[in-house]
Amino acid sequence: MKESNSILRHARYVVSENLVTGFAFLLFVLIALAALFGPYIVPHDPLASDTATTLRSPSFKHWFGTDQLGRDIFSRVIVATRLDFAIALSSVILVFAMGGLAGIASGFFGGWTDRIIGRISDTIMAFPLFVLAMGIVAALGNTVTNIVLATAIINFPLYVRVARAEANVRREAGFVQAARLSGNSESRILLTHILPNIMPIMMVQISLTMGYAILNAAGLSFIGLGVRPPTPEWGIMVAEGAGNIISGEWWIALFPGLALMLAVFCFNLLGDGLRDLVDPQRRT
Amino acid sequence: MLGLITKRLLLVIPNLIGVVIITFLLTRALPGDPAAYFAGPAASKEAIEQIRVKLGLDRPLPEQFIRYVKDLARGDLGNSLTTGQPVVTEIRRRLPASAELTLLGLMISISIAVPLGILAAVKQGSWIDHACRVVATAGVSLPVFFTGLLLVYLFYFVLGWSPAPLGRLDVFFSAPPQVTGFYLIDSLTARDFGLFRAVLGQLILPAVTLGIFSLAPIARMTRASMLAVLGSDFVRTARASGLDNRTVILTYAFRNAMLPVITTLGMVFSFLLGANVLVEKVFAWPGIGSYAVEALIASDFAPVQGFVLTMAILYVALNLLIDILYGIIDPRVRLEG
Repeated sequence: MKESNSILRHARYVVSENLVTGFAFLLFVLIALAALFGPYIVPHDPLASDTATTLRSPSFKHWFGTDQLGRDIFSRVIVATRLDFAIALSSVILVFAMGGLAGIASGFFGGWTDRIIGRISDTIMAFPLFVLAMGIVAALGNTVTNIVLATAIINFPLYVRVARAEANVRREAGFVQAARLSGNSESRILLTHILPNIMPIMMVQISLTMGYAILNAAGLSFIGLGVRPPTPEWGIMVAEGAGNIISGEWWIALFPGLALMLAVFCFNLLGDGLRDLVDPQRRT
Repeated sequence: MLGLITKRLLLVIPNLIGVVIITFLLTRALPGDPAAYFAGPAASKEAIEQIRVKLGLDRPLPEQFIRYVKDLARGDLGNSLTTGQPVVTEIRRRLPASAELTLLGLMISISIAVPLGILAAVKQGSWIDHACRVVATAGVSLPVFFTGLLLVYLFYFVLGWSPAPLGRLDVFFSAPPQVTGFYLIDSLTARDFGLFRAVLGQLILPAVTLGIFSLAPIARMTRASMLAVLGSDFVRTARASGLDNRTVILTYAFRNAMLPVITTLGMVFSFLLGANVLVEKVFAWPGIGSYAVEALIASDFAPVQGFVLTMAILYVALNLLIDILYGIIDPRVRLEG
């Protein structure tokens, strides 16, 4: 009880000392709310087109204006939150499972496990990451699932590196040797003793890569991969508005782009804040 | 030095093998039957079978792989389905456009990020330090295609300073005689300054977009490594010996601080080559990125394949170059090598 109290106090200290982290947390709550309840609270149907009100600039009725088909951009931006968030979150969870486990196995067992996993990571890192993601989606098929998979694969080496370093340090730690002496198997030690200990560092990693995952997925759908129109998604909405920028209809691309930027910004700041919380020595 | 280069070259080999294996696997992972795809929807069963034999798809996987490597060694990346042209020719024709854009973007980025990082480190805690931090955080959060569109809106639509974002050259101009393929250099060697201005006008917005994108990691790294060096003993000694501030910062600290920055350039190139694709799409830039995007939309796989492979090989080569550069600058690496 006392323990959790002091963690809470420390968290409150970090948030109040660093207003930026507090702001990021607020932003995160807003994004989460939009992702959960977005479709139920928006004023217009995000898919309903209306030829009478195409390309209207922002007004009282349409806060963010309307697009070429007369759809309400505000509603589309809000509804899109769920899809963008879901893509990023599932890819991060996937890479956490794959890369995190591969990384601790690599750092804990060493030897051939380490060599093979290291080789796989190196090969992935030999590609410019976004280009590899394009290639994977093109090869496996143009679906949202494959966007998730591609985003997870390009983040794989990062997770391996962090998990490997953390597991390697704890390999011969006192509590590990104690567990070994009490007759635990190596894989059991890995999962019940090492994994929980490196969770805090991995959480920081997850928050930091969330932003990158959102950017990557939006970039892929911007070039026409994955999400199909008319589904509202930030990257594809910016692409839809791109042609209208040169004729001055800025609002079609601006608002989804801003939403994208804020979401990424929020996760990057949260990641920095979490790092301060978990690992004060690495503050930059 | 020669030893270091040979050693580093040997390290490239497993990387290249990995790249070739992955690109091969990506082709074979294509959904559906490639032979049926190449034959078209109206093809008979016999025709599909014939194409399967012709493409070597009836052979076992290892044999297909050897064939793929042989084709690669001859510089054959297959033909585009939509244009019928060999992919290699098209990539070679478009590569200078992408390279010119990426390099100018990198130059813009370095020329802003490095001074910014140094100032932030020298005047730690001042407004310029905070500005550096804001730039670094905002820079990584901005989707590159979004920055590009904002710049187009501002400089083309509102201010009218830049030409329409439609490719490398306005239709009223014709391309300079091909020497390097870089329009900026080619128009200068042809002494056509009007053309040079037109080329620069088209190039500047996409290059700045890429520059803004890669600003953050370079500025952040410069600041961090400058801070580390400024706190070191030899800087203290230099100061104690009465050297003026300028000499200490530029000759002593800066040269040593540049080493980690050069290492981060590898990561920066990974970002830049990926961002290049998005920027080319925004500015209708006729480079290899937009070639790949067009092919992707048309489900034309050979160009995408060729594009991924070209980019990977370029990236491996760039990393090699960075490592060699590192060895040239830092004698300690040379000795270890």
